[in-house]
Amino acid sequence: MKLLDNAFGIHEQALRVRTTRLETIGRNIANADTPNYKARDIDFKAVLNRTVQTDSQMVATQANHMTRGDMTQPDGMKFRVPFNTAFDGNTVESSVEQANYGRAAADYQATLNFLENRVSSIRRALKGD
Amino acid sequence: MSFENIFGVAGTALNAQITRMNATASNLANAGSVASTEKEAFRAKRPVFKALMDAQQANAGAPYVGGVKVDRIEDDPAPARRVSDPTNPLADKDGYVYKSNVSEVTEMVEMMAAALSYQNNVEVINTARQLMMRTLDITKA
Repeated sequence: MKLLDNAFGIHEQALRVRTTRLETIGRNIANADTPNYKARDIDFKAVLNRTVQTDSQMVATQANHMTRGDMTQPDGMKFRVPFNTAFDGNTVESSVEQANYGRAAADYQATLNFLENRVSSIRRALKGD
Repeated sequence: MSFENIFGVAGTALNAQITRMNATASNLANAGSVASTEKEAFRAKRPVFKALMDAQQANAGAPYVGGVKVDRIEDDPAPARRVSDPTNPLADKDGYVYKSNVSEVTEMVEMMAAALSYQNNVEVINTARQLMMRTLDITKA
């Protein structure tokens, strides 16, 4: 059943990465008042590329290969560069995190819309009407 | 890595902010208290937060990855105010009492900051809940 093997395409993985991004930003907002906490975010492209592993992508196969972005951690996490510094070493800026959380929620809904479309078209195909 | 984690993380933050709000309320309630020595004078309490990092979480087997907790509660280091009040029964032999070092203005600011952070986390939970409900509806598409 080729139709159902890969029914959701890339969106299945995308939804997972989007959830992780929401969680990361939620963590930043939770730690808005924690001394020395450094805000983090997910490099969506990097994580999705790693999840999907397409052949056409350039892949860093050695530890000393250069990757784009200067502060990427192995799990695709990046530290956010703050606009202002705080005395307690915290780099969370509530307004920035709020904006990013809103954006991430919208992205999640977009992926969800794609998924809903897939589900309804498969359902229509199965019904045959 | 799921929505439960978001709820858990935001929940720990709600807890921490409530502790902060409690400390503020306690400080304000004790703002007018006096003592007969500087050592006994009431000092403003400040909770210090700490991030629950992933590594510790994994070792501790805790259900939430990366929340926040109240690490310790510290005394405000500002000196207690020494006020001459000879008629006060708590006055020392020179007629002085020691008032608390609570600054009402600072406490009000602290309270507003805690309330705003609390609201932020409530919004996080609300949005996550809406997204979760929409995801459940995917079968009806």
